[in-house]
Amino acid sequence: MTEPVIETRALCKRFGALEASRDISLDLRVGEIHAVIGPNGAGKSTLISQICGGLQPDSGEVRLMGRDVTGWDVAARARAGIGRTFQVSALAMEDTVLQNALLGAFGASGRRLGLFRPALRYRDLRSRALAALDRVGLAGQAAAPAAELSHGERRRLEIAIALTLAPRAFVLDEPMAGLGSEGTKEITNLLNELRSEAPILLVEHDMDAVFALADRISVLVYGQVIATGAVEEIRANAEVRAAYLGDSA
Amino acid sequence: MMRERYINAALLGGLLLVVFWAYTGDEPFTITLATRVAILALAGVGLNIALGQGGLVSLGHAVFFGIGGYAMGILASHAQSYQPLTLGPLVIEGTKSMPLIWLTAMVASGIAALLIGLVSLRTGGVYFIMITLAFGQMFYYFAISWPAYGGEDGLSIYVRNGFPGLNTLDPIQFFGLCFALLLAALAFHAAFKHAPFGLALNAARQSPDRAQAVGLDPTRLRLIAFVISGVITGLAGALFADLNRFVSPTMFSWQLSGELLIFIILGGTGRLCGPVAGAAMFIALEHWLGGLSEYWHIYLGALLLGVVLFAPGGLIGIATRREAAHD
Ligand SMILES: Nc1ncnc2c1ncn2[C@@H]1O[C@H](COP(=O)(O)OP(=O)(O)OP(=O)(O)O)[C@@H](O)[C@H]1O
Ligand SMILES: [Mg+2]
Repeated sequence: MTEPVIETRALCKRFGALEASRDISLDLRVGEIHAVIGPNGAGKSTLISQICGGLQPDSGEVRLMGRDVTGWDVAARARAGIGRTFQVSALAMEDTVLQNALLGAFGASGRRLGLFRPALRYRDLRSRALAALDRVGLAGQAAAPAAELSHGERRRLEIAIALTLAPRAFVLDEPMAGLGSEGTKEITNLLNELRSEAPILLVEHDMDAVFALADRISVLVYGQVIATGAVEEIRANAEVRAAYLGDSA
Repeated sequence: MMRERYINAALLGGLLLVVFWAYTGDEPFTITLATRVAILALAGVGLNIALGQGGLVSLGHAVFFGIGGYAMGILASHAQSYQPLTLGPLVIEGTKSMPLIWLTAMVASGIAALLIGLVSLRTGGVYFIMITLAFGQMFYYFAISWPAYGGEDGLSIYVRNGFPGLNTLDPIQFFGLCFALLLAALAFHAAFKHAPFGLALNAARQSPDRAQAVGLDPTRLRLIAFVISGVITGLAGALFADLNRFVSPTMFSWQLSGELLIFIILGGTGRLCGPVAGAAMFIALEHWLGGLSEYWHIYLGALLLGVVLFAPGGLIGIATRREAAHD
């Protein structure tokens, strides 16, 4: 079996008395979409922060393509191949959509950032940014300030920026949060295409989307993974139903 | 964007017109005032890179202004006394050459900005303001207590330093020199803003999380911007000292740091010509109202209050009728 792209080993993280991560071991394998579900406050975003480097675990290990990256900062992990989106969009709102995408292209290129030549004149990076915008259907708004985008468009711009990084893994924190059924469907289709590019660790509340997309699902409750398995196993799991899915699933 | 360009051109053209009028009407004092505007605007352009692009509220930029001033004062005083400056084994001849003085001023303020930045950029928000202020006070009191170069009384230079091919004692020629440097700094700022580095710096100001998530290091970006900013303000300090033929610890004072901030906020934070509009307004108020009352700062305060409350885009924002400071 090939090595997992992302792997966490026994991650523990406390906020005072609150155990936000309890002994979390999971992995993201080549070619898959691995969904992490769980109720509000279960510790999903905390897990993502530890994977991406924004939070240091109290104990445990984060591995990226077999390398221990626990001591690396966010920027180093991004350069090593993590393309993430945020639960609450983090964009340069005054800048245009294209400038936001270009930022990713420059960051990923690892080139020295020039002081004089306009960023838009770097042809190769510009076309890389435009291609990413095209993938998410935002090429038409390239010149618009990010602040003028709708909520749904901002979610897609986040994904486009992750795309410009040509990442080894996508780590997406609720990409469908706050979207209507139309928007959810669009992102679902988009993620379905992206899986051929890199595996996706997907935190998501929308169960229809999760069941449609995921190859595997992990259920996180009170900082603990109570089950991991294929979609049918999770659907059938009584403990999961009780803790999270309710009787509707 | 287009509109702002016209306003910038009008602003710079207006300054030139005033000087032309003063030149034909033989009013050297007005030329000196315009030179002050150009030099203070140049210092403001420096701060605007840190503040407007990088979001760094530095209340210590007088440090670089003062270092530039003392670079001029020290080099020129050794030249005028024919005594070389000895730093241990190192013997440095004084100089009256502006290009050499500028280079020294820029290198020295760049090094100072690097060291101050390394310390202060570990923090953010109000701590950053306080640490930069603290550095400013350290330099201020050091200059006061340093007798070799005049201490509290400051240091006079009898003849303005020279620039190859120019008579710098002629007010119009010295103005031209300062104005050319201001234009060069503005051209740099304009290019910088849209270059990859400026793009990354601006993104790090708006969303540090975003910058890091694409592999950029916000602290590093800010440090580089802080150094560039300090270098430009240091150059302005050397010119300011040459304008007055005098350097004193007040160049390091926190009031001066505050005035630089005022230029930028008055003119419009992050706007290319914000510091030009702000410095021109400041000098005009100081000149006209200062003649009427020594408490003219009251009016400045009222104006500043008005801008902050009702026109966050500053004077240039009012002129372009747009609040957003960035295109
Ligand atoms: N920096 C922090 N300091 C203290 N407590 C925190 C911090 N970050 C998160 N928490 C707490 O840790 C718990 C897990 O938070 P987290 O944001 O990871 O949940 P989540 O599963 O992402 O929830 P949601 O579905 O609402 O996004 C919550 O109780 C939260 O209040
Ligand atoms: Mg969350």
